[in-house]
Amino acid sequence: MNLRPIDAEKLTSWEPVILPRISDLHKIDVYRVNGGYEALKKALAMKPEDVTDEVKKSGLRGRGGACFPTGLKWTFMPKQSKKTKYLCVNGDESEPGTFKDRQIFEFNPHLLIEGTLIACYAMGITTAYIYIRGEYSKWITMVQTALDDAYAQGYVGQNILGTTFSINIYLHKGAGAYICGEESSLMNSIEGQRGYPRVKPPFPAQFGVWGCPTTINNVETISNVPVIMQNGWEWYSKIGYVKQPGPILVGVSGHVNNPGVFEMPTGEPLLEVIYKWVGGVPNNKAIKAVIPGGSSTMILRGDQLEGIRMDADSLKAAGSSIGTAGLIVMDEDTDLIKVIARIAQFYYHESCGQCTPCREGTGWMFKILKRFENYQARMEDLDVLMDVANNIEGNTICALGDAAAWPVQAMLKRFRDEFEKRVYASQPRIAVG
Amino acid sequence: MLNETNLKKLEELRKRYPTSQSLVLPVLWMVQEQEGYISEDSMKYVAVLLEVPFSHILGVVTFYTMLHDKKVGKHHIEVCTNVSCMLRGSAKILEHLEQRLNIKAGEVSPDKKWSLEEVECMGACGNAPMVAIGEEFYENLTLEKLDKLIDSLQ
Ligand SMILES: Cc1cc2nc3c(=O)[nH]c(=O)nc-3n(C[C@H](O)[C@H](O)[C@H](O)COP(=O)(O)O)c2cc1C
Ligand code: SF4
Ligand code: FES
Repeated sequence: MNLRPIDAEKLTSWEPVILPRISDLHKIDVYRVNGGYEALKKALAMKPEDVTDEVKKSGLRGRGGACFPTGLKWTFMPKQSKKTKYLCVNGDESEPGTFKDRQIFEFNPHLLIEGTLIACYAMGITTAYIYIRGEYSKWITMVQTALDDAYAQGYVGQNILGTTFSINIYLHKGAGAYICGEESSLMNSIEGQRGYPRVKPPFPAQFGVWGCPTTINNVETISNVPVIMQNGWEWYSKIGYVKQPGPILVGVSGHVNNPGVFEMPTGEPLLEVIYKWVGGVPNNKAIKAVIPGGSSTMILRGDQLEGIRMDADSLKAAGSSIGTAGLIVMDEDTDLIKVIARIAQFYYHESCGQCTPCREGTGWMFKILKRFENYQARMEDLDVLMDVANNIEGNTICALGDAAAWPVQAMLKRFRDEFEKRVYASQPRIAVG
Repeated sequence: MLNETNLKKLEELRKRYPTSQSLVLPVLWMVQEQEGYISEDSMKYVAVLLEVPFSHILGVVTFYTMLHDKKVGKHHIEVCTNVSCMLRGSAKILEHLEQRLNIKAGEVSPDKKWSLEEVECMGACGNAPMVAIGEEFYENLTLEKLDKLIDSLQ
């Protein structure tokens, strides 16, 4: 996997802290020699609420897709609770185009463990589950090895580092279901159920896993916590884009010369990411489109990328979102109808089937898009497609419905010409029956 | 049904969760690792073992795509065909495998040696195209590399 930019000299200078360039960092001794578990010591010497405050002031926002302010989320947890409190770390990572958490599991698992420890201390939690998708079996073993070492050296377990704080961290292996990345579905999955999302409210901080107060955070989010504790909120809050500061792992795939995961400050210009960080498009082809943050984020035209930056607000203003920062680049020869049909197939396959608009709508969208792909569509299908997408959006229990509707809506809006061309090139259909 | 090692592991796992239902996924994984798939008899066994209704177990097995209620081939090959892989030639990879193994995606070869499955994004988009066999990922594939891989599994 590429983790380093092709031409580092020409870039915003950034010395990675989530995926630093230190070999064998996954080994606990190497991690410790390089300042590992120092942030934990620092945190344990503070009052828990001060730790939360530090994270709040840092400006860290969730890296799981919704960009929710992390410190604020932590304050939703009840301080006193008769019930056990839980942290679930979300490593389901299944949004197409997303492959960043996997790098943390492989190259810096102790950072994730240290972050989990600090988060639990801050919220008064004594049990954490790290939920990792089943396909990452090999990476689960890597994290388990790191965890065993951390237990053995007294960083996890009873009375850690001689304090009164005790904590257990367990890994929970998924079994192939994108929907289990949705936080309430993830909790049901841990409970041993099918991964059906729950109706909200109640929210997890009140009624989470086994009905107990629960916080869910993404793997990358949690891995930012030790960095904040180590360097202080002021340092952190000045990295990158001021309203969503910090380093961010951008995963670039598709038609680029040097695909991979790159750690950069938020707010890098999108075109610099494509042309400088990953060395541009093969054969110098033009960019037809990009999907900026995983398959559910709205597609952007290649000719509208000037001035857009990799941060939540800039992408929102451009009519998309940062999502999981999984950037998919498509060159001028890409058949976008095929792309959107494949995306629709994914959401159809992954819909859990609880809500009618999502269950039926994702199937209809997929079928109609297949008609376009196979040169069998009519002009009226364009309106039907938009209608179906609009009727899913906002009418479902969880955001998978929206995630299925957005890419279709955006494609219709920004690439209507592609659909029209397909219709003109279509065989007239013979009415049957 | 569960072997000695796994039964011991189960006792360890019980300490990790407040309910026995939470062990459904971990135990189903153990069964699948042991047996290669999860038969109806295994499901009944797990139901009794964890004191959870059989219907619940069946519901879980059918919900999660990685849990197999039928036997797969000795080498179960998963080909990601989602967007990032599609842009980098996953269709050719799948086609090549279908030809070479003489089975379609979703099928098991008559000698039970191979099975092929088209899967969703595996989190290897930056190294597309890819296939997964067991827990191993084979990334940045070309047809030549793929042929070598299949040869090595003969
Ligand atoms: C369909 C769906 C799938 C999701 N998949 C993931 C995922 O794989 N990983 C993740 O961290 N968040 C995922 N999320 C977002 C989670 O629900 C949740 O917002 C996130 O884990 C919170 O962590 P954060 O605040 O640190 O971002 C998904 C959401 C939806 C609606
Ligand atoms: S929106 Fe779709 S995935 Fe989410 S709960 Fe409803 S049917 Fe299930
Ligand atoms: S699209 Fe194939 S691994 Fe992500």
